[in-house]
Amino acid sequence: MKSFTGKTLRWEWCDGLLELTLDREPANEIGTAMLAELEQFVAGFPALIPETAVCIISSERKHGFSAGADLRELYHTAAHFPEKERLSGVREFIERIHAVFNAIDAAPFVTIAAVQGVCFGGGFELALTCDLIVADKMARFAFPELRLGLIPGFGGIPRLKRDLGNAFVRDLLLTGRSVNAARAQSVGLVAQLAAEGEALRIARATAAQVMKFDSVTRAAAKKFIKPIPHEDLRREIDLFCELFARPAVMAALKKFVESTDAMPYLP
Amino acid sequence: MRTLEQTTREVLDLASKHFNVPAGSLAPEDDFFKKLGIDSLQTLEMLSRLENHFGIELPDYEVQGVSDFRTLASRIQSRL
Repeated sequence: MKSFTGKTLRWEWCDGLLELTLDREPANEIGTAMLAELEQFVAGFPALIPETAVCIISSERKHGFSAGADLRELYHTAAHFPEKERLSGVREFIERIHAVFNAIDAAPFVTIAAVQGVCFGGGFELALTCDLIVADKMARFAFPELRLGLIPGFGGIPRLKRDLGNAFVRDLLLTGRSVNAARAQSVGLVAQLAAEGEALRIARATAAQVMKFDSVTRAAAKKFIKPIPHEDLRREIDLFCELFARPAVMAALKKFVESTDAMPYLP
Repeated sequence: MRTLEQTTREVLDLASKHFNVPAGSLAPEDDFFKKLGIDSLQTLEMLSRLENHFGIELPDYEVQGVSDFRTLASRIQSRL
């Protein structure tokens, strides 16, 4: 058994199964601390790859897989810097996130996201790096970024476009609405539906099945069917940074951070 | 086809069951945020439970700003 326990996540490896558990209050918001620990996680891949068949990513937080990027940290950090430094800092953060997500996306072992509750924005983008999504019936998926005057910046649009039709991407992106697990399964986003609280158990059962197959064939099949959309990902980073440069974005972030609305992710 | 009254009753029953509020203590005109004391994550949970129960999709923007059970039920009714 190999394991790591950090401040925002933990992982453990046992008999070919790698389990990454996100565990940051309140809803696994992805900020600099989680990014640093995710970087540590993927840095361990070269040593783990030869003996790993499956990786499951799940959440310890009852209410969700991840609510997305840590917008409070983003706003408070960005507010301290003059515009030029702010933009270079944002680009650096986004580049680092992309490096981690690309590593997970391209890992030769099979990756499964076990999703419950909110799976929004950057959290949804993390789930989209996985080969399979198992979702419990209370899971909800959304790209609410347009409310901030932004597009998703962690690779979400290219990956969702790769996996599903462009029309569904537009539905989520342009309305900002969240869709439930049943709808997500009907469009092919979710591979398997689980009863409430059962996503991880079903992901583990799926992992046990996946582990029966020859590792070389499994990795070749994955590489063949799941290309990384590098060109679109690069364009996404540029567009995200271009949009972030507008004053309206900081104003929208401020509004979100100060909001007490029950649905603060909507404009 | 359910009537609006039936839909409202089912919404109230679902809310009382899920948020452990005594059956019959919720009324159609109640503000569910105040009565149930729910936050944004719990609001999404309630939305999922309503969608699963009624077998519909209820976009977030249709319930944004809605705070009483009766109006919520009417939004659901228009999707049945």
